[in-house]
Amino acid sequence: MEWETVIGLEVHVTLATKSKLFSGSAVAFGAEPNTQANIFDVALPGTLPVFNEEALRMAVKFGLAIGAEIGKRSVFDRKNYFYPDLPKGYQVTQLDFPTVGKGSLTVTLDDGSERTIGVTRAHIEENAGKSLHEDFSGMSGIDLNRAGEPLLEIVSEPEIYTAKEAVAYLKKLHTIVLYLGISDAIMAQGSMRCDVNVSLRPKGSDTLGTRTEMKNINSFKFVEKAIYSEFERQKDILEDGGSITQETRRYDADRDETSSMRSKEVANDYRYFPEPDLLPIVIDDDYIEKVRATLPELPDAKRARFCDQFGLSEYDAGVLTSTREMAEYFESVATKTGDAKVAANWVSGDLQALLNKSNLNITDSPIQAERLTDLISRIKDKTISGKIAKTVFEAMADDSSSVDEIIESKGLKQVTDSGEIEKLVDDVITNNPDQVQQFKDGKEQVIGFLVGQAMQLSKGKANPGQVNQILRDKMK
Amino acid sequence: MIEKTVAELSAAMTSGDISSVELTQSYLDRIHKANDSLNAFITVCDDTALEQARVADKSRAQGNQNPLLGIPLAHKDIFCTSGIKTTCGSKMLENFISPYNATVVDKFNQAGVVTLGKTNMDEFAMGSSNETSFFGPVRNPWDLEKVPGGSSGGSAAAVAADLCAMATGTDTGGSIRQPAAFCGVTGFKPSYGRISRWGMIAFASSLDQAGPICKSAEDAALMMNVMAGIDPKDSTSADREVEDYTSTLSDSVKGLRIGIPKQHFAEGLSADVEKSIREALREYEAAGAILKEIDLPNSHLSVPAYYVVAPAEASANLSRFDGVRYGHRCDNPLDLEDMYKRSRSEGFGDEVKRRILIGTYALSAGFYDAYYRKAQKIRRLIKNDFDEAFKEVDVIAGPTSPHTAFSIGAKTDPVTMYLEDIYTIAVNLAGLPGISIPAGFSNDLPIGLHIIGPDFGESKVLNAAHQFQLFTDWHKAKPAAKGGI
Repeated sequence: MEWETVIGLEVHVTLATKSKLFSGSAVAFGAEPNTQANIFDVALPGTLPVFNEEALRMAVKFGLAIGAEIGKRSVFDRKNYFYPDLPKGYQVTQLDFPTVGKGSLTVTLDDGSERTIGVTRAHIEENAGKSLHEDFSGMSGIDLNRAGEPLLEIVSEPEIYTAKEAVAYLKKLHTIVLYLGISDAIMAQGSMRCDVNVSLRPKGSDTLGTRTEMKNINSFKFVEKAIYSEFERQKDILEDGGSITQETRRYDADRDETSSMRSKEVANDYRYFPEPDLLPIVIDDDYIEKVRATLPELPDAKRARFCDQFGLSEYDAGVLTSTREMAEYFESVATKTGDAKVAANWVSGDLQALLNKSNLNITDSPIQAERLTDLISRIKDKTISGKIAKTVFEAMADDSSSVDEIIESKGLKQVTDSGEIEKLVDDVITNNPDQVQQFKDGKEQVIGFLVGQAMQLSKGKANPGQVNQILRDKMK
Repeated sequence: MIEKTVAELSAAMTSGDISSVELTQSYLDRIHKANDSLNAFITVCDDTALEQARVADKSRAQGNQNPLLGIPLAHKDIFCTSGIKTTCGSKMLENFISPYNATVVDKFNQAGVVTLGKTNMDEFAMGSSNETSFFGPVRNPWDLEKVPGGSSGGSAAAVAADLCAMATGTDTGGSIRQPAAFCGVTGFKPSYGRISRWGMIAFASSLDQAGPICKSAEDAALMMNVMAGIDPKDSTSADREVEDYTSTLSDSVKGLRIGIPKQHFAEGLSADVEKSIREALREYEAAGAILKEIDLPNSHLSVPAYYVVAPAEASANLSRFDGVRYGHRCDNPLDLEDMYKRSRSEGFGDEVKRRILIGTYALSAGFYDAYYRKAQKIRRLIKNDFDEAFKEVDVIAGPTSPHTAFSIGAKTDPVTMYLEDIYTIAVNLAGLPGISIPAGFSNDLPIGLHIIGPDFGESKVLNAAHQFQLFTDWHKAKPAAKGGI
């Protein structure tokens, strides 16, 4: 039987507010344990939550970016359970009235085709703290720095059908969140986390099978592998006539397999009820429009514009809009040099390679847009050749001097003085009598070799066009 | 001097008849003499109280005219006080010292009051007799064999027996008004949101409200002037202007329309209480007020609805007492679950456990609609009843409690105890202001008159109560047992 995978994703992103969701504590990553936990965060008796409206603004921004319905009245609820890293004994979240309702994301797959995937909802909630089970000789430590950080949980419809689609969805979500500036969304640091729900059904069926959930997968690659692995496991069970247990499973990346996290699955009863310490959040159209006015140009719109305005291919435009920073970088260079094609090649080629090699973000690039613009300008005004430009570019990576200073100090300026080139050409003609004769006999392609010789003599600095012309003149 | 009202003490200090230090020392002496019999205080702050009194005297000499400056007060032990133990009447917090002050505490400190100590209370404010306190029951100064009411029983007994000039209380279902009635003092629960809940240990967040317990409506108004106001730290505090509650006290009650809910004079009300309350209402009538019988048709649903909503919220509010970060932790836990179970089993008393269980049950999957959701609907019905009534009347009046203080140990059945608050609970469910003022005696035990106002009608309620205290002397009566304690 042929099986179809049905995947639903629950993605948590940490909202990049300055302080926590309900307290004034800072939320910097990597601080010493419990240095960012105030009396509310440790749930001292008598303390009360005060909602951080910045989180609302960010959630609404996200909702607008995915064309979602915005909840005009969102209500916080208490989700009750005991755990040492949950200081109040309940997590404040939004159950029935989330801030963001139904929306959708359009993803582009590897074959260039597009799919629109529904987002069921996105709600604001607080993070729990962290339990540390090592270094306490048999006891556990609790770090409450994370407790109360604002999260946005984005829930997809179960209408993702392949692991590739799941990854495309996650990448798109990641891109949008970064474009909006509402989260760092760094999976390795946990500021973006993913729970994956997987079920199988016979191809063509429209009922959903029993699903399993894999929690807190922290890279795109592992999401993909976990789905494949879970597909195989479920398929084996179903084809053997077995049935799937609804449960939470852990994906072990080292062994590339999933294992049951709770062997005796107890249905948790979280006893949700409206949080009486907080009033419902009520917003009006005016508020929504004000947030809408702050939306940046989103990746899809930007990509379309790049194709249109700069004549880029879909593919190039996709690469160049994959992050807001790269798009801004490219656009700056393209506009200032007036040559979008060349700018695109440099940014998606040499620059990207350099950044990958040194593992840097474009914002930390040693070659900023202004210097790349200067470099391209020097090619266009023939100060250097395209080939020399690569050498200059390499030098720029380690040298913060201006492009002109580097060209000057390394003596890379293109030779355009015809007297100098004539001397070079004379040397080449003298030293290569055989080839000269072959050319004169009509073997046109030998010219390439001779130009190359001249270029070599000039250490690449001679203008190849001029060399070519003068060679031909002299060999007539 | 210690029997005087805040207004009188303030005048005496202004005129130089007495200093705050002298007054504070008198109260401390009184506490040390009487507290063994009353058990009204859990913590007494001799040194810091005298220090605050010295500061107050100095400040007064420099021209500070705050009416509460140097007045000795006691806080219910539910308000967090920096550096002073805050137990909430529980073993769970037997040794808990808060690192911060409740907003109410801060406000009184800023007004220059002297904090004498922290008063006994039902554990986590769950009780109507003060018998659930881990620190033992408080005794009623009018009869040491009787309960003082609860949960703010320590505060009411302390005010009644002149162990302090005024005290704070909290009221979730009647916890200020019922003990005020039992102890013959004035106790006021303002509208929900009028006073910040920051630093007040939560029992049922949507019902809890702080308020004054004192010797007159005028004193309550003076205290309200300090306590009321929006607090950015409490999102449920009301963004409404704070009136000067003393400014309307002397308004005449002539033409005041007083609603008499027939449900508050029905079966279960003791004959003596009814007689005194009817008498009190006639006093109003004589002063020109207009009495009008009203209908609160859903009154009978208030106790059942309350005992779903309040325990439900409490079950979550008390989850933080888990032995992990502060409070009682059992010895040598075997594992996490053992630590939770034993810490909470040992730290909480029976009534608290009972309410956590009720609340947990009411919120459980499959029961939520039948209990919690339905209770919330009833809450709206009850609020509607009041809204309808207040279209026709200015205030509503009746008995605070169906009877006077009962004997310690007499009520062992929880449901009988829950019915204690039959007249007061609806006021919390509707979020309205309500006051209990002394209005007579039955067998030498005080009877409380309950006056309820519309949303944020604090001034109206205090005005009506003050006027009653101008033409009656019930509030000036002192406990007969006083000589013995």
